[in-house]
Amino acid sequence: MRAVITVLGKDKIGIIFNITSVLAKYSVNILDISQTIMQDFFSMVMIVDIENSTVIFEELQSELEKKGIEIGLSARIQHEDIFNSMHQV
Amino acid sequence: MYNYETILKTISMIEREKLDIRTITMGISLLDCIDSSSYNACKRIYDKITSKAEHLVRVGENIEKEYGIPIINKRISVTPMSLIAQASGDQHYLKYAEIMEKAAQETGVNFIGGFSALVHKGYTIGDDILIRSIPEALSATTRVCSSINVGSSKTGINMDAVKQMGKIILETANLTADRNSIGCAKLVVFANAVEDNPFMAGAFHGIGEPDCVINVGVSGPGAIKIALEDCKGQPFDVVAETIKKTAFKITRMGQLVANEASKRLGVPFGIVDLSLAPTPAVGDSIARILEEMGLEVTGAPGTTAALALLNDAVKKGGVMASSHVGGLSGAFIPVSEDEGMIAAVKCGALTLEKLEAMTCVCSVGLDMIAVPGDTSAETISGIIADEAAIGVINNKTTAVRIIPVIGKKVGDEVEFGGLLGTAPIMSVNKFSCKAFIDRGGRIPAPIHSMKN
Repeated sequence: MRAVITVLGKDKIGIIFNITSVLAKYSVNILDISQTIMQDFFSMVMIVDIENSTVIFEELQSELEKKGIEIGLSARIQHEDIFNSMHQV
Repeated sequence: MYNYETILKTISMIEREKLDIRTITMGISLLDCIDSSSYNACKRIYDKITSKAEHLVRVGENIEKEYGIPIINKRISVTPMSLIAQASGDQHYLKYAEIMEKAAQETGVNFIGGFSALVHKGYTIGDDILIRSIPEALSATTRVCSSINVGSSKTGINMDAVKQMGKIILETANLTADRNSIGCAKLVVFANAVEDNPFMAGAFHGIGEPDCVINVGVSGPGAIKIALEDCKGQPFDVVAETIKKTAFKITRMGQLVANEASKRLGVPFGIVDLSLAPTPAVGDSIARILEEMGLEVTGAPGTTAALALLNDAVKKGGVMASSHVGGLSGAFIPVSEDEGMIAAVKCGALTLEKLEAMTCVCSVGLDMIAVPGDTSAETISGIIADEAAIGVINNKTTAVRIIPVIGKKVGDEVEFGGLLGTAPIMSVNKFSCKAFIDRGGRIPAPIHSMKN
């Protein structure tokens, strides 16, 4: 299963490090990353493969959320289908 | 292959624009629970509901987490109870409402619909008993919802039922007077009721439906309002296109959730209801969409036209996004559940009469309207008759969910709590329709119903 991780908030040092360290810890493979910074606002979208994840989805989700709160940003993970279905005929 | 902008747009629609799935409703047929002993029937009803819907809430919550989309309600609708209960020979159906309540509690759903009777042409023995049981049933339970169909385009309007429902509503208000007459918020009087409606309080599982089915109702007034903010001053062609596109996205999400819920529960998918359903939260209002189109306040001249455009564009955008569309499908205008509508009533811009006109062009009808507690039963019946006439003549569903709040008068406000919101007491026309309602009988079906 593939999922989309989005991280949004004020830019600071170490965002990608913090998020990817969670992913590496649970064997989540990153397929693609895109990030932009507009003024001070940081946004990152990551496509990940969670097929070989060592934890269940909910746990990964709560770990990412926790990490997000720790570094003062919002971090969420969602099943990719929601994005595919919403914007394509 | 991913457009990152669309990903961020989706996130924004959910986070900022309050896009959500309003309800996953499991329809369950109880026709196989009919028994001449009410004890056995109730046992079967409880067993069937709790086994079919055992995983409903959990599956809903899992989908919510995985897709990151809020699913506000998980609910159950069942076969109209008058059909199930009448084989028992009981003279009161409170027992059946109580077993529905117990099953709802066990499965964790917040509402269960189907304490219902379809009397658009006449009463069976069970219909009569069920209707007389409504006040007590709604007073003794908190999750049970009741609906009565009093008219249809094919059969006309059963004015005896219209008359009786005025009294039943008042009686329900009196029995729940200590709770702001909240019993009436769980009671809907329909014309042209639909069999696959996932929304409460009017949901029931029609007899043409399969044994068990999943229906989904979407929401998203906030997303449409924000999309329209980008086309200020532009012609209606642009407005309609913008609403269509947004409705498409909203409905796609509903379809995805419906498919997923159906797969995980092993229950066939029924329909997606293309409705725009408001909540009392700021930014989740139908009234604010109409105002975004250029009305100073909802209720101003132009309101009906604005709502007609909105309702039509939502259907056009949504219909292509879903494999099966059904339910009520349109914009809801419940007063107490819509922050903008509440404000419009409070400032005197929106009256009962204007709301009645608005119900001609939207789904569904006079919804969540609080009126003074001293409103007479005949006046309530008159309001129901008017609304039913609009539905019957225009081949659409209409409904009345009106709450005569005992002890309150125009200018007061009542708090129903949660999604039911806050209702300002609205003024009702003071002139009598008693002699009209007292006639009884049936208003014949309109000429255009004869299509065969």
